[in-house]
Amino acid sequence: MSFFLETLIGGLMSGMLYSLVALGFVLIYKASGVFNFAQGAMVLFAALSMARFSEWIPLWLGMDNLFMANLLAIAVSAVVMFAVAWLIERLVLRHLVNQEGATLLMATLGIGYFLDGIGQTIFGSDIYKIDVGMPKEPVMMLESVFDGGILINKEDFVAAFIAAMLVLALTIFFQKTATGRALRAVADDHQAAQSIGIPLGRIWVIVWCVAGITALVAGIIWGSKLGAQFSLATVALRAFPVVILGGLTSVPGAILGGLIIGVGEKLSEVYLGPYVGGGIEIWFAYMLALVFLLFRPQGLFGEKIIDRV
Amino acid sequence: MFYRENGQFKTTYQSDQQIFAIPQDRWAILAIIAFAFIGIPLLVDEYLFRAILIPFLILSLAALGVNILVGYCGQITLGAGASMAVGAYAAYNFLIRINGMPALAAILLGGLVAAVAGIVFGAPSLRVRGLYLAVATLAAQFFWDWAFLRIKWFTNNASSGSVSIADINLLGWTISSPTDKYLFCLGILVVFSLAAKNLVRGSIGRQWMAIRDMDVAATVIGIRPMYAKLSAFAVSSFYIGVAGALWGFVHLGSWEPAAFSIDRSFQLLFMVIIGGMGAIAGSFFGAAFIVILPIFLNQMLALVGGWFGVEVSIALVSHVEIMVFGALIVFFLIVEPHGIARLWSTGREKLRLWPFPH
Repeated sequence: MSFFLETLIGGLMSGMLYSLVALGFVLIYKASGVFNFAQGAMVLFAALSMARFSEWIPLWLGMDNLFMANLLAIAVSAVVMFAVAWLIERLVLRHLVNQEGATLLMATLGIGYFLDGIGQTIFGSDIYKIDVGMPKEPVMMLESVFDGGILINKEDFVAAFIAAMLVLALTIFFQKTATGRALRAVADDHQAAQSIGIPLGRIWVIVWCVAGITALVAGIIWGSKLGAQFSLATVALRAFPVVILGGLTSVPGAILGGLIIGVGEKLSEVYLGPYVGGGIEIWFAYMLALVFLLFRPQGLFGEKIIDRV
Repeated sequence: MFYRENGQFKTTYQSDQQIFAIPQDRWAILAIIAFAFIGIPLLVDEYLFRAILIPFLILSLAALGVNILVGYCGQITLGAGASMAVGAYAAYNFLIRINGMPALAAILLGGLVAAVAGIVFGAPSLRVRGLYLAVATLAAQFFWDWAFLRIKWFTNNASSGSVSIADINLLGWTISSPTDKYLFCLGILVVFSLAAKNLVRGSIGRQWMAIRDMDVAATVIGIRPMYAKLSAFAVSSFYIGVAGALWGFVHLGSWEPAAFSIDRSFQLLFMVIIGGMGAIAGSFFGAAFIVILPIFLNQMLALVGGWFGVEVSIALVSHVEIMVFGALIVFFLIVEPHGIARLWSTGREKLRLWPFPH
């Protein structure tokens, strides 16, 4: 029983991290109808920038304070991600307004390739450490309830907490601020939003900036777990089933979908994996999402698809 | 003399419904095919065959398959690499497990198996569409990647899924030199392209296009979406599977699942979108672009580095290469979102009026 609970909690925590990446997709898709394949590349780019600046800044300034260095690195990386977001809107999306979905998808794939390439050209392509002081040692919990207790990775716990905070902050931003209301208006109806004077171009820049920030947070968390390296870009591939499961247009969907996929992955790997040779978690998530889609084609919380001729 | 159809009067249905109704087109195509069969083997050296021409032919065939599905039937797929893998490994199994199996038959059977797999993984298209479907097809990609790595039976118990075959044989013709391989692939490609050209202008092709343009409306006028969509998945997967088998048998000789990874799927989709969706010729343009571009960039970067006296490291070249590749793709999509085929047809329209534009 305690083993099952351990797996379950591990799944929930990694699910939280998936939802973090998935959030980036949902934000951009909601506001601009672009399915952003470059989100993984943005995570990689942010993680690389974070890792390298936290290494370079102490060298440049000649200081020795890890906390200050990290803080400055986060600030610089955030500025870098804003610049990336602005450039993407300026140079690419502005010229592709009203194109077909497939064309936009390919454009973001191209952006993804570009970011992969330029990130590794500027920041180098080794595995870099991100050390933001995440606790590494596991802790035992609930020892009084179960025999032997449950072993929980503290790092995952902190990560899940940060992810939850980010989601909360985003929710407040979307619900309570004027910009957030403008974003939701654009998501509802481009033309109507434009006709009441909401500047579409600026909204898109803001959305990409927010997506850049979630990429930065995801990059820092994943990067301190796995090291900032090329394989981070594939995290996005793990997040796709989360997005379609939760519905492309729903923020709560991204979170719940992430949890379902995280738990499903871990449980399937532990209980089903040994029978078929292991390594099934990557496609199991997709199969799980597919089964859900067969019953609800728009995902769990997606807007109902209405067909009209 | 000029490229124009004035004065060409069609007097029979047969001449009205030819594939290439304008004689100039017909002669141009025949000339290109003749040049490809006779001229190129005389002119080209071994390196060009290996690095450019053979990959170009095989990937054109795969792009043709993707174009049938994405361009003609409107179902976005990101699982094309998986179809290639299924074709390649199925053909491999037919070849080694059945004694005296002719290689060509194994390749075609591999394509058939890929078609069946395509139908199975295309089934979600009946329920979901658009981007949801695109992500759903990724399931096929990851499943088959995993299957060929982990299920030992598929790869005849080879470690890490790497298999290899000897030179293949076609009715006593051993296909071993690059020229032989080139001619073999070219032959298959010509037959398959003609078949595709005819399929898409026939009844089934018109059904696909109706589904692409609006599937609800197509259903209302009596097109069965299940039949139309699944047949598109089957035909497309058959083409891609045959291309996969050729890629393994003829181009690589020995391969492992990584040869058909998700990057291959993206690459094939790029070919179709850059070449032009819903145009047979687009598949060839796109394949040529994607095959030649990395080689060209690689050479160019070394050259540019040489001008500035900088020794460019291999890692840097590969990073700058994907960077420029990504930027060029975005640039192309912005300049001509409908692909090279559209440029080509605009050019042809201009040519029909030239030199008297009024």
